Amino acid sequence: MESKKYLEDISEIKNMMSRSSRFISLSGLSGILAGVYALIGAFMAYQVLGDLRTGQNFIERYTGAMSVLEQLLLIAASVIILAAGTGIILTHRKSKKSGEKIWDVSSKRLVLNFLIPLVAGGLFCLAMIQQSHFGLVAPATLIFYGLACVNASKYTLGAVRYLGITNIILGLISTQFIGYGLYFWAVGFGVLHIFYGALMYFKHDRT
Amino acid sequence: MSIINNINKAFDHRIRLGIMSVLMVNDYADFNMLKELLGATDGNLASHTKALEKEAYISVEKQFIGRKPNTRYAATKLGKAAFKKHIDALEKLIGKN
Repeated sequence: MESKKYLEDISEIKNMMSRSSRFISLSGLSGILAGVYALIGAFMAYQVLGDLRTGQNFIERYTGAMSVLEQLLLIAASVIILAAGTGIILTHRKSKKSGEKIWDVSSKRLVLNFLIPLVAGGLFCLAMIQQSHFGLVAPATLIFYGLACVNASKYTLGAVRYLGITNIILGLISTQFIGYGLYFWAVGFGVLHIFYGALMYFKHDRT
Repeated sequence: MSIINNINKAFDHRIRLGIMSVLMVNDYADFNMLKELLGATDGNLASHTKALEKEAYISVEKQFIGRKPNTRYAATKLGKAAFKKHIDALEKLIGKN
């Protein structure tokens, strides 16, 4: 009888320690979907860049005249909004199940620590576009995104750390292959998200 | 018998156990964070933090954030050591049976 109570105490201690320091409701499925959106986005961007060569325009048919840069930014923004939106909805659903509040101390800390490297990187990339250093934009986005993941991983599921490290490595490799940024993007934001999202999904979502 | 003696009465309650667990892995936690995590009422939590404070296991720091009063708690060295001993005792008791 007594030992059952002690066992409960131990599991309560473990539960409180992890819940107070890590946000564990992060949805793995939203990672998979974010990867799918990124692959679709990369494909569309490839079309736009391809149109540039053939002279025909893919999005222009629907949206009227837009510069290539504007089209690419539109695609990128759509991917980010879709991915973030899906992430919030699915994480909200998962947090309801596990009884964790979606906007509490641990999730705020997670978002803040994720955003610091990400916003810095985003501004840095805008500055590079401004200065016409287009070649290094793709590597920089991957590296900064990876750093953001590593920084945030201290406050959430462990898989995020490996997603971050892989993205940093990929970003560094891509600095040697300027002009192939889109392919590295597709791998970094697409394939890696699907891979680590699936890992998280099978490890945590279905329990 | 000696292991039983290591079971600390001060931690023999779900709320107090929770408070100490949170403070072991966080440098500090404020009142509302503890309340949310433990699902306790104001009065309930206040009485348990007071009990732990009396044992000198946690320290209390009252301050103002803007105009709002904010109370934050941290585990003392004594409290951390006592809690570690308590966990060890629990684990040994489970392992024995």
